[in-house]
Amino acid sequence: MSTRLSTGGRLINRNKPVEFQFNGKRLKGYEGDTLASALFANDQMMVGRSFKYHRPRGVVASGAEEPNALMNLNSGGRFEPNQRATTQEVYDGLTSTSQNHWPSLEFDIGAINQLFARWLPAGFYYKMFIHPRAFWKHVYEPFIRQSAGLGQVPKEQDADVYEHFYFFCDVMVVGGGVAGLTAAMEAAKSGKKVLVVEQTAAWGGRAVVDGGLIDGESTEAWINQTLAKLADMPNVTLRDRTMASGVYDHGYVLAYERLTDHLADKSGARHRLWRIRAGQIVTATGAIERPLSFAGNDIPGVLLAAAVRDYVVNWGVSVGDRTVVVTNNDDAYRTALALKKAGLSVPAIVDAREGGAGAIGAEAEAAGIRVLKGKGIAKVKGGKRVTGVAICSQAGEGAVLEEIACECVAMSGGWSPVVHLWSHCGGKLVWDDAKVMFRPDVDKGPTGADGKPFVIAAGSANGYLGMAEGLADAAAAGRAAAGVKGEGAPSATDAAEKAVAPVWLMPQGAGPKKRMKAWLDYQNDVKVSDVMLAAQEGYESVEHTKRYTTLGMATDQGKLSNINGLAILSKSLDAPIPAVGTTTFRPPYTPISMGSIGGSARGDLFQPLRRTPMHDWHDGNGVDWEPVGHWRRGYAFVRNGEKVHDAVNREILNVRENVGLLDASTLGKIIVKGPDAGKFLDMLYTNMMSTLPIGKCRYGLMCNENGFLSDDGVVVRLNEDTWLCHTTTGGADRIHGWMEDWLQCEWWDWKVYTANITEQLAQVAVAGPKARKLLESFGGDMDLSKEAFPFMEWREGKLGEFDARIYRISFSGELSYEVAVPASQGAAFWNALLEKGQEFGVMPYGTEAMHIMRAEKGFIMIGDETDGTIIPQDLNLQWALSKKKEDYLGKRAQERSHMADPKRWKLVGVETVDGSVIPDGSHAPAPGTNANGQRNTQGRITSTYYSPTLKKGIAMALVANGPDRMGETIEFQDENGGLIKAKIVDPCFYDKDGEKQNV
Amino acid sequence: MLILHCPYCGIDAEETELAAGGEAHLKRATVGDSDAAFEEYLFMRENKKGVHLERWRHAYGCGKWFLAARDTATLEVYGTYPAQTQEPPQEVKDAIRAKHPGWAWKENA
Amino acid sequence: MTNTRDSVPMKRYSVFAVAREGLRYHTGWGRAWRSPAPKKKYDVIIVGAGGHGLATAYYLGKNYGITNVAIIEKGWLGGGNTGRNTTIIRSNYLQDPSAAIYDKALSLYESLSQDLNYNIMFSPRGLIMLAQTHHEVRGYLRTVRANELQGVATKWINAEQVKELCPIINIDGPRYPVMGGLYQERGGTARHDAVAWGYARACSDMGMDIIQKCEVTDVRRENGKVVGVSTTKGDIDCDKLGMVVAGHTSVLAEKAGFRLPIESVALQALVSEPIKPCMDVVVMANTVHGYLSQSDKGEMVIGGGTDSFNNYTQRGSFHHAEETVRALVETFPMISRLKMLRQWGGIVDMTGDRSPIISKTPVDGIFVNCGWGTGGFKAIPGSGWAMAELMAKGHSPLAEEFDMYRFREGKFIDESVAAGVAH
Repeated sequence: MSTRLSTGGRLINRNKPVEFQFNGKRLKGYEGDTLASALFANDQMMVGRSFKYHRPRGVVASGAEEPNALMNLNSGGRFEPNQRATTQEVYDGLTSTSQNHWPSLEFDIGAINQLFARWLPAGFYYKMFIHPRAFWKHVYEPFIRQSAGLGQVPKEQDADVYEHFYFFCDVMVVGGGVAGLTAAMEAAKSGKKVLVVEQTAAWGGRAVVDGGLIDGESTEAWINQTLAKLADMPNVTLRDRTMASGVYDHGYVLAYERLTDHLADKSGARHRLWRIRAGQIVTATGAIERPLSFAGNDIPGVLLAAAVRDYVVNWGVSVGDRTVVVTNNDDAYRTALALKKAGLSVPAIVDAREGGAGAIGAEAEAAGIRVLKGKGIAKVKGGKRVTGVAICSQAGEGAVLEEIACECVAMSGGWSPVVHLWSHCGGKLVWDDAKVMFRPDVDKGPTGADGKPFVIAAGSANGYLGMAEGLADAAAAGRAAAGVKGEGAPSATDAAEKAVAPVWLMPQGAGPKKRMKAWLDYQNDVKVSDVMLAAQEGYESVEHTKRYTTLGMATDQGKLSNINGLAILSKSLDAPIPAVGTTTFRPPYTPISMGSIGGSARGDLFQPLRRTPMHDWHDGNGVDWEPVGHWRRGYAFVRNGEKVHDAVNREILNVRENVGLLDASTLGKIIVKGPDAGKFLDMLYTNMMSTLPIGKCRYGLMCNENGFLSDDGVVVRLNEDTWLCHTTTGGADRIHGWMEDWLQCEWWDWKVYTANITEQLAQVAVAGPKARKLLESFGGDMDLSKEAFPFMEWREGKLGEFDARIYRISFSGELSYEVAVPASQGAAFWNALLEKGQEFGVMPYGTEAMHIMRAEKGFIMIGDETDGTIIPQDLNLQWALSKKKEDYLGKRAQERSHMADPKRWKLVGVETVDGSVIPDGSHAPAPGTNANGQRNTQGRITSTYYSPTLKKGIAMALVANGPDRMGETIEFQDENGGLIKAKIVDPCFYDKDGEKQNV
Repeated sequence: MLILHCPYCGIDAEETELAAGGEAHLKRATVGDSDAAFEEYLFMRENKKGVHLERWRHAYGCGKWFLAARDTATLEVYGTYPAQTQEPPQEVKDAIRAKHPGWAWKENA
Repeated sequence: MTNTRDSVPMKRYSVFAVAREGLRYHTGWGRAWRSPAPKKKYDVIIVGAGGHGLATAYYLGKNYGITNVAIIEKGWLGGGNTGRNTTIIRSNYLQDPSAAIYDKALSLYESLSQDLNYNIMFSPRGLIMLAQTHHEVRGYLRTVRANELQGVATKWINAEQVKELCPIINIDGPRYPVMGGLYQERGGTARHDAVAWGYARACSDMGMDIIQKCEVTDVRRENGKVVGVSTTKGDIDCDKLGMVVAGHTSVLAEKAGFRLPIESVALQALVSEPIKPCMDVVVMANTVHGYLSQSDKGEMVIGGGTDSFNNYTQRGSFHHAEETVRALVETFPMISRLKMLRQWGGIVDMTGDRSPIISKTPVDGIFVNCGWGTGGFKAIPGSGWAMAELMAKGHSPLAEEFDMYRFREGKFIDESVAAGVAH
């Protein structure tokens, strides 16, 4: 029975009991308990099932490294799967359920897999289910996938919010143990800005539990004093419940602060993701104890030795009345002594070393604990909980010497420094044979922008497991991080210890039967036998072994299993451990919520939304929005009872008959000015812009250096040295950047300035036979008549009360003016147009109406007729390619053989014989197939619409030899796998002579 | 998450403020140049595992293009310099050669 | 480590073999592939024992009887992008040359487990590419029609059908509602490592030598023709050399004295902690640059975008992962309550048109297969098939359009034209 002790538990507040639920049972704990300690207090030994064999699983650790005790937490919008019970603090009302079993934790159908375990070794699925082929798809694979996963699936929208926080410091110290605090103090004394983060709620790390004196005081007193001093320093920031999750290039660190996970009150942000730029990073991240590999080491009640003493000292819970300690090092003796001190029984310390421990060994024996030297565990007895252990000689094959009854086994296979953060950015490791660990290779740390190291490992994270040596190392690390000289460190003494022994299998000669029961990775059910099988089959690289066996791929990412696994691998390969190497450490150190990564950018804040001055009017008047870049444009303005496409047709007919308004404010507007502006634009556009007379407009094309069309728009000559370039909505920023690129990097001696003034102006296209009447009704100082203001010219002046620049250009084919007013006047101007336009039947129209009207006119649309591989020649735009210019961007590219190929498809109009609309994207098949058996093609549709003006389907297409095939009927694909006959025609379907726009 | 020093506005800019622009010091080929020369200009790239001269724009800052000498294997930055030049300034070359003796970059260094 | 050249025939994998071995603690399984010392000379050397290199070797042996082949690998086989990708397989490409090679790959994937006698766990669970703008809708409709003529079965499905296939999706997102999708029922995923291992085992079984931890230090040429390579395990001669070293192609080409139209950049991916099955289809959302599927272990596998700067570090910048997660949370709200377990980067080589190169080179006898960008895994069998054909016969219809000289002619194979589609 695990239980709460009547005394002890430095982290719990016995005056604050809390009630929580586990698998529907109401249980009691105390404030300060983790879910794991509270479950032990309620004798909940089994807390889950393993992934593959559904073996019973109990808590094995006391911190972030826990692989077994993963819980579904809470419900509804606050449901969370896979939360570690060892890092989740309990609070009133917390609910939790165990994972990976059906129908219940106690009775799990999936546990039948255990019976077949010998036929389900590492990689078994690669060798099975191969035949018959259909069975894999329909039987095996669906079954395997249904067995997958651990936690349940969140069903509801996340009820919590998240935030990001930016922080800059000279020194960041990761870890609030005594090493971290020492390093922080040394760095802070220099006056440098220091941030210290601790992943748990308690400062001080393992030191309090392990005991000892620092500067003559108890560790607890020293920690409290040091914390108080640091808190008083203005240059120091301390944060608990904050885990540094990843170190990225150039000193970028992410830290994950859990703000409300431990509280019943969930208001405010749940997690805060710190985005830190640190000059130097000190990783005082401690070390993690390794399990030992013996048969039955996965049975609930087998824990890491240090975890057992954590539960007693920190939370006042015992895992069992009788604990057998099994170890290859001195540290685990501390657990035996702590248990003794708490009044619990330790029937034996089983020490694999023939010589036993150093001073602490004598201490244990003096305390009346039986120490068995050179011995190991042959087997743990029990099923859903430990009932005893069988002892054997470590040197042998496992012949049982005696059996000892117990409820708990505390194991220690030595300690591994937490080197994750050191390694994320390329810090190298060395194998330390004496200490039996990988530790940071201090001369090969990760390097930053200046080529110098920016991470310093400190204390036990740097391989210094003793208190005194750890503090000395940490103090030096703190000074080095701050770039100051000095010496000294808090004083402590390390008792003489006997060296840890490399014990990777217990007993060392364990046969196949035992190896199949000796677990390495508890969650994924990887055993010693699996790693040996991988080696035997040639999966020799540590990455192969990992991937073949799934060792270290569980949610703890191998924190407990990796070193043990690769030691077994090295033994199987007869290669030294450093030659086998480690797998790569990747962020995050422990998993962080996706919500915190997204931060506050969700819903309406997901991306910035750009609004035209008329946006709100659109929003209130039936707009059907279409995202265009970060803008939204009105696709159509839907009236009561209308379908969207009815609205589009109505809008078009109204432009053709009366007058319509298009919010064109999103079009890019770039000023290009300077003595060399004309020369520059001649390079940028395919046509000649330097000769454009002041007062006139010209349609221009831009190509990239590959010759492909990239943008188009109307260019306006404002005065002698100033042009205004209109771009597509999506092109404004891109083209402005493109201009700057050429001006800054290629023609930097040309005297040209550019300014993107897109948002400075509101622009409205007023189009339709009554457009002139509508604008004239405003009054003002401009003559809008045909004679005074011809097509492709512009005027500037007063339009009623508005400051307007008017361009007489047309994308619809109708009489049309585009009117630009200052953005501040945009909304008022729009409203005035609607009001004054009432008598002329004015209606707003959207982008779809615009698209259809331009298609009726045969005008191309960037993004429809072009797709990034189309050159102007394809679209019969040769007239816009200046012959007078020696060069323009894209000209050389268009001379290449494939570009000049006469077989390139060319733009034509297409109309179906029966008047129907050709589907979007249809291709025109040609006879025969190509070398790869694909049907030949001779063209494809680029735009296709129902034209309400012409009352039939119209389309534009790129067709092989198209312009030479006018009147020919070819076939395009229809919706249903059939073909549809269509005639090749001129792409201009409406008012070919331009009489409408020239009135 | 790189940091690059913008030689125009003088600040150390976060990668999120910057837009990368590919290899620097390309020689524009155009009308009159051979197909091979044009291919060289548009497509052939040094793509060194090691020192790389490249273009960056301080897009969400001063808007200026600048050039950087950066190591693609270690991400060390040997220096940044204005775009209006045909080759890296001497101090940048020196910084590179301190780590990579004998380093050369096409005709530019 | 063992250096055996044993010629014991490989044990066939089957449920019966596993049953038999289970009774004797699996002591009877031999090596999946031999680990020999290099011979003095081979007919063909393939540099790079990733999926593409191993597949090339496999089809050289299987289709052309060329088995005197060495596959040389700097690290461990399958350790490059083959082992780092998000395992998506599809062939719904727009352009004819792409559709041809990717569909060849998909067809080979469909029977690859049987072909290799190694279960690569190909899972044709279906794949949707979401359309979230009108522009994407038109782009995917164009692809559907193109696929119809290419013999690639795809179809357009509406938003409700998307929701039915993928219940965890939010089709009414406030910013980019789902307007429908391009659906390929035959698309899916496979176990990426198993693809490399399966090919390696089959190559080894044909007598080919896979030489790991062997770095090529020089490519030796005489009179403009390749004669062999120098490696960290000595000089090895060959008649033909295939370079199949994604990410590091420029570095190897430099040793052979030519350059390529390629840049190497880092691509980001990440996985969540495993949860119970909730997504029976692969979804790609190109407007927001993310794709998502659930692995057989239950992890949500998320792929994102590439950094835009040259990079060989196999690490990427966090902000790309951040943008991807943020976007996917909008489309798959439940992800918000999951945790990111691991993120990583791979180095991909990008060509001028983002399509691969399978080509002869300026050096006689050297062939190159590279530039798969972010889309290489799904192509492995087709790529190997075409490369083997090119190396054996000097010509391959599947590879023809992927010639490295296409850039000089301006003959692009641009897949991004439909809807900014990432691979």
